[in-house]
Amino acid sequence: MRLTIERGALLNALGHVTNVVERRTTVPILSNVLIEARDGVATFAATDLDIEVIDGANADVEQVGSLTVPAHTLYDIVRKLPEGSQVKLELANDSGRISITSGRSKYYLPVLPASDFPSLGVGDFDKTFEIELPALSRLIDKTKFAISTEETRYYLNGIYFHGATGDSGPCLRAVATDGHRLAQSDYPMPEGANDMAGIIIPRKTILELRRLLESEEEVVEIATSESKIRFSLGRATLTSKVIDGTFPDYERVIPKENPHVMTVDNSEFARAVDRVATMAVERLRPIKLALSHDNLTLTFSNPEAGEAREEVEVQYDAPEIEIGFNAKYLLDIAGQVSNQALFYFRDSASPTLVKDATDPNSLYVLMPLRV
Amino acid sequence: MPNLCRDCINIFEGQNRNEGPNKHEYYAEQCPNCHSRRVVSHNELNNLYIAHIDCDAYYAALHKRENPELKNVPVIIGGGKRGVVSTACYIARSYGVKSAMPTFMARKLCPNAVFIKPDMKLYSENARKIRSIFEEITPSVEAVSIDEAYLDLSGTQKLHGLNPAQLLAKIANRIEDEIGITISIGLSENKFLAKTASDMDKPRGFYIISKAEVPKLLWNREIGFLHGVGKATAARFNKLGYKLIGDIAKANKFKFISQFGEHGEWLYNIANGNDNRKVESEHNTKSISTETTFVEDVKDYEYIRTALKNLCEKLARTARIKKLVGKTINIKLKTHDFKTITRQISTAPTQTAKTIFKFADEMLKKEMARSPFRLIGIGLSELLDENSQNNYDLFMEVDKNLELERAIDKISDKFGRDIFKRF
Repeated sequence: MRLTIERGALLNALGHVTNVVERRTTVPILSNVLIEARDGVATFAATDLDIEVIDGANADVEQVGSLTVPAHTLYDIVRKLPEGSQVKLELANDSGRISITSGRSKYYLPVLPASDFPSLGVGDFDKTFEIELPALSRLIDKTKFAISTEETRYYLNGIYFHGATGDSGPCLRAVATDGHRLAQSDYPMPEGANDMAGIIIPRKTILELRRLLESEEEVVEIATSESKIRFSLGRATLTSKVIDGTFPDYERVIPKENPHVMTVDNSEFARAVDRVATMAVERLRPIKLALSHDNLTLTFSNPEAGEAREEVEVQYDAPEIEIGFNAKYLLDIAGQVSNQALFYFRDSASPTLVKDATDPNSLYVLMPLRV
Repeated sequence: MPNLCRDCINIFEGQNRNEGPNKHEYYAEQCPNCHSRRVVSHNELNNLYIAHIDCDAYYAALHKRENPELKNVPVIIGGGKRGVVSTACYIARSYGVKSAMPTFMARKLCPNAVFIKPDMKLYSENARKIRSIFEEITPSVEAVSIDEAYLDLSGTQKLHGLNPAQLLAKIANRIEDEIGITISIGLSENKFLAKTASDMDKPRGFYIISKAEVPKLLWNREIGFLHGVGKATAARFNKLGYKLIGDIAKANKFKFISQFGEHGEWLYNIANGNDNRKVESEHNTKSISTETTFVEDVKDYEYIRTALKNLCEKLARTARIKKLVGKTINIKLKTHDFKTITRQISTAPTQTAKTIFKFADEMLKKEMARSPFRLIGIGLSELLDENSQNNYDLFMEVDKNLELERAIDKISDKFGRDIFKRF
């Protein structure tokens, strides 16, 4: 194999794939990135056996071939080369090493044969559809903060994508929850996605995908099967196993008729919560919200740390209510809302519904704390 | 040299008339106040504040208290599940009976001994009482086992108007009066030396070691004398030319550490009397755990699983007593060839045996291919105050077992653990 590639294009492609490579693996080849050169394109692939990412870049291929090299080392070398330089990758005959040459720099890395590299991408996908890239990014961004990290509730360790019926008809819906809060976001059902089976996409896949979505492409093709999902955009593809579990019946925990509505300017609310939260040494402690006519009082008190009190002007015309929330959870949700936030309360022990006044397609549920 | 009368807690200056290697040198002095000869003399008597307290033949002592007829006969506690001696009273020890010895052997050595089955309820109740006596003098109490604890007495002098040595002598007397057993006290400047000291003068002892005495007291002893150095380790070091503690203390530090790693560093430090471990009271517990070593290596899954179940019950109960919940469940397995396997899983904060066992068992199953095992342990880490866990859960996956297990705690506090069969 012998090819020459522009450093920026190489770095971009490697950047997309290298991140899935675990720093410590028990199988040596999993530390490597697979490089395939043919037809004027260099293709790079990396995997941790749960996720596989492939990306390609134009290259001047002098001799076709494929091999694998240590992924993180290659990435770090390329990253430190000067911008705009040309990089030549060449398998030095018989030596079992690849040379990386750029200007007056020359490096050798050990290679392992491409034939040993595992592939995840093969297999049947029974459903294929397309979605606009910004729409997919948005579904992820609106929900990923609520993904659970508890390994024992592994079926909550991802975003649940499935077909649903939203306020304005059939939609593709993303839901994530950790049992304390829930985030849901809808997008009109893409053509061909109608009877898609629900799948739970693991957190790591979501994070890798989000990196790929920082792209000029406009459309993402999604292929699904019972056990796998594949995202393709331009030359890049990400294939991942999905979580083998049943997502809980989330719809029954979304409050339908919470009667007491508070409307608040979101940025003012977020700043007040943030200030009060500085008092909470560990952010697990509750912030108390006391609502009276058109007034919200946020308080925090801890005999050791001191006390905080903030008043925020709101629109509220319902019975007085006191309710406690985890400060971090409040901030996470405030981070999702653009201008005005609508809070729908029932009482101090029931889930509270939060909506963005300008976004009818997303909603958030927050469980209160016992205060 | 300052002297302390262990009977009337009087501190007085005096000449030590019998300086020498004899550990009972302090009998030379007599208290000018009450004329007692139970006097401790040490240059640093007024300056040291880390103590190790060990109850003398704890189990046996409690049975002797319960039944005065046993007072002057050899008593051996054991014959429980493993058929080994767990404690022998000092009379039985004079026949050569030691703890961890098989009971049949103890019976041979001391045929007229009274054998008693362990009564954990008796031991733990009294351990709690003793602990609360410790906690009256300092909040910094680290219980190492049911009958041993470290106390950090720094800063207590102003509060009590007595220095650490006096406070210790006072609580030793209180424990004799109120609990009816004796303790041995080691006082020094760190945990290792305090523990070494408490072993020097047993039973009913009070021994003080300062760091300056380390060469004199430790360096001529064999390295097996160090706590945590067993026969196998000692043999390994002997082979390499380290026979005496002094050989390690005088070794080239960096060479020694590079040769023996972390364990080597620890040995080098303690051989020189250095130990910077803090006395960790419960208030800043980072993890809690419990483990058991099998009598012989075990391959049988059901057997290991049952052991794990018992450990989970014990661990969960400790968590509830300490009012802690853990977000990570850890298991530890030691294979027959002494390799340690640890696995962990994060969970919703828990303190119930059933939940801990469920996930621990799943982890165990995955490791069974590496059996036989010689040890299994279970732990909870990322601990939080149970009261900070007040977030309602959307899916109501609350641990229903918690109420049940708390009820079991209450009943067993009253009637003893044995009235329950396992879940």
